[in-house]
Amino acid sequence: MRFGIVIFPASNCDRDCVHVLRTVLGHDVEEVWHEAGSLDGVDAVVLPGGFAYGDYLRAGAVAARAPVMTAVRAFARAGGPVLGVCNGFQILLEAGLLPGAMLRNDVLRFRCTTVHVRVESTQTPFTRSLRDGQVLRMPIAHGEGNYFAPGAMLAAIEEAGQVVFRYCDAQGRVLPDANPNGSIRNVAGVCNPAGNVVGLMPHPERASEELLGSDDGRLLFESAVMWLETRKRSLVTPLRGSR
Amino acid sequence: MATVRIVITLKPGVLDAQGQAVHQGLRALGYETVSGVRVGKCIEITVPDQTARDDIDAMCERFLANPLIEEWRIERDQDRDGTGRSRVPVLPRSQGS
Repeated sequence: MRFGIVIFPASNCDRDCVHVLRTVLGHDVEEVWHEAGSLDGVDAVVLPGGFAYGDYLRAGAVAARAPVMTAVRAFARAGGPVLGVCNGFQILLEAGLLPGAMLRNDVLRFRCTTVHVRVESTQTPFTRSLRDGQVLRMPIAHGEGNYFAPGAMLAAIEEAGQVVFRYCDAQGRVLPDANPNGSIRNVAGVCNPAGNVVGLMPHPERASEELLGSDDGRLLFESAVMWLETRKRSLVTPLRGSR
Repeated sequence: MATVRIVITLKPGVLDAQGQAVHQGLRALGYETVSGVRVGKCIEITVPDQTARDDIDAMCERFLANPLIEEWRIERDQDRDGTGRSRVPVLPRSQGS
């Protein structure tokens, strides 16, 4: 599979994503600069973490208006899988590709720690091969990860099953104590109504090798690959060899 | 040309962690009577005099503010003489304490 990693000025987790997808998982990776106008030939897109454009104005606000986002929007509209990690999640929110907004952490601190999240929906490419309720262990590192959506929007998101991950304890219990940043209803990740665009604050790319303490994160990427393979088979089976 | 000042704050009811931290700081300095602090941002844009209010609102709605969590107030600049500016001369912190 061919992953496109979008790189903005001040992205800083892009190398980690490239490493995991190319070296650990053995896929093709295209590094896509924020001024790029096209994502042609890419099977899935990752918006990595960092502080794109210095997080000026609001986290992700300027990046959400970058030229490449026109291509990301078109890619998402066509059903392509898009994953936003941390700052990438903030960018997707600011771009309106995902519902809600980020506030500063309620604890008034930048949180850099390891958390557990519970899989709340398997109806996305990145969670399709996981189990409902499965607990994943991944690191977080953010100052503005306090997910917020106004009442009616939150109700609609919940109703439509768009909450993909919730902060939980090691046993999978969604408790206030397991919430690192004040996110409403412990939301750690959401998806769009179609399910192909997913954003989460934890970093799967920093938890994709046993050596780093957890390899739960690679399950998200592997799930997307399986989803893409299934889709390709069903779409192009008669056209053997064509791409 | 006119300078237009856009003051953006979090909507009432939206948690303002930064405001809370500043509130704690004021309390620590002994300003016990301060009962609330909201921190926002101020953006000054220079535009042609005849720029419509609707255009400025559109800039706020589409980019300068996030309407899900923020609201804004628009002020035309009538403050060119500087009378509304800070009355306290800028001093190094150490001289003030």
